[in-house]
Amino acid sequence: MTPPATGTKLRAEHVHMVFTRDGKSTPVLEDMSLDVSEGEFVCLVGPSGCGKSTLLNTMAGFLSPTSGTISIDGEIVRGPDRRRIFVFQERGVFPWLTVQGNIGFGLAKLSRAEREKRIAHYIKMVGLEGFEEAYPSELSGGMKQRLEVARALAVDPDMLYLDEPFGALDSITRLIMRGELLRIWQAERKTIVFVTHDIDEAVQLADRVVVMSARPATIQQIVQVDIPHPRDISSPRYLELRDGILQQIGLAHKI
Amino acid sequence: MNSLATPQKWEKFAWPLIASGLLLALWHYSVLWTGTKVFPSPLNVEKGILELFHKHVLWSNIGSSLGRVAIGFGAATMIGIPLGLTLGWYPALNQVVNPVMQIMRPISPIAWIPVAIIFFGVGDHPAIFLIFLGAFFPIVVACINGVSNVPSVYRRAGRNFGLAPAQLLAKVVFPAALPQIIVGLRLAFGIAWLVVVAAEMVAVDSGLGYLVIDSRNSGKRYDLVVAAMLMIGVIGLAFDLVFRRLETIKSVRWGFGNES
Repeated sequence: MTPPATGTKLRAEHVHMVFTRDGKSTPVLEDMSLDVSEGEFVCLVGPSGCGKSTLLNTMAGFLSPTSGTISIDGEIVRGPDRRRIFVFQERGVFPWLTVQGNIGFGLAKLSRAEREKRIAHYIKMVGLEGFEEAYPSELSGGMKQRLEVARALAVDPDMLYLDEPFGALDSITRLIMRGELLRIWQAERKTIVFVTHDIDEAVQLADRVVVMSARPATIQQIVQVDIPHPRDISSPRYLELRDGILQQIGLAHKI
Repeated sequence: MNSLATPQKWEKFAWPLIASGLLLALWHYSVLWTGTKVFPSPLNVEKGILELFHKHVLWSNIGSSLGRVAIGFGAATMIGIPLGLTLGWYPALNQVVNPVMQIMRPISPIAWIPVAIIFFGVGDHPAIFLIFLGAFFPIVVACINGVSNVPSVYRRAGRNFGLAPAQLLAKVVFPAALPQIIVGLRLAFGIAWLVVVAAEMVAVDSGLGYLVIDSRNSGKRYDLVVAAMLMIGVIGLAFDLVFRRLETIKSVRWGFGNES
């Protein structure tokens, strides 16, 4: 199944990744091929340690695949790029800069007025008004996470890579953050690749959920989530999709 | 009061004052009871300080010592920080230089005194050289460690925003390493202050170290010896407080793990 075609943004072709340590080689990714469309929200799920993060880091250009290629807009990825920002689990915000300083970090080339306008816009978007001069150590985990998302959005990238961005947050904050991310995604229409180990999270957020197998990871199944936003998370279709993925991973009705 | 109880505000000042008072009393009565003619009592020392002050030698000697430390420590900072950052940034280069550094580091600057005199003769220069040596290695090592301990997430984030290597060093690696660098500077200043006193006992005729040794040599004025020692302690403490103050600046406070 393919989503409504708006053109391919990212294409992974036969990506293999083998890590070598102490002379032992461990295959991590095996022949992964995946297309992500412009403006699409894709979640990667799979058992812990299966290589989801490795795939995401490869897509972002922090790692190069052992064989195969990742290309974006038809161009092969050879390194990180400010058009595609990686959001780490809140640990990526710079503790020596204020909220303003963090959001303005990637904006050095803009004029002062333009930069300040951009900073103010994204502070408002992620709801950090009143904390402009605060340092990350004075913020809660959820606020730091929103700050990192704002810093990423401020440089107006076409893609966001999110690596379990809400994994360290408590469950209430996590729910709120999902809603915020969807709102931002709908407003800005970035292409998003989102790694999570939380299947509910994936089905709530994604257009498509890519289910990966245990290591060495292959793509086990791609699930199209055909429920419009806002999603009713007690609807039969939602439960059906979620249970289908749980079954794929071999965890259905086990608890 | 147990270790978990937060001290009252008055306690923070009262207990140290009481302790200092008791120590002074112990000193005073020890001098009285032993009937020593050589070692001064606190009152003698106080008179000594006033005497130094009135003869206008106190400020000039403090000034000389501070001047030497400023030059030696300043040069160590100005050379040590860029060098340490570079070595931390290029681990391969660090591996080349590291063995030499590790051998030089534990050599007390005092052991360099004869060599310093051969190199620089007598006067300010050997003293400044010794201070430089004492401060240089702790600064370099703090910078190397600071840079290599920068979490890779920060470097990755910096690269992701398109920073060139030089910008990455200036805008990410340096501020991320700064807390550790400040600790290194504080340590280095402490050593510089120890070394200046020792250096001034040898090759120069001014400074607090010279004052200590000169007071002893010219008439066994132990009241002035102890007065100079006290001044050395007070000034050292004052600078340590200044460095501790730096650690509370907001852009580095995150690195000291006692934020609340």
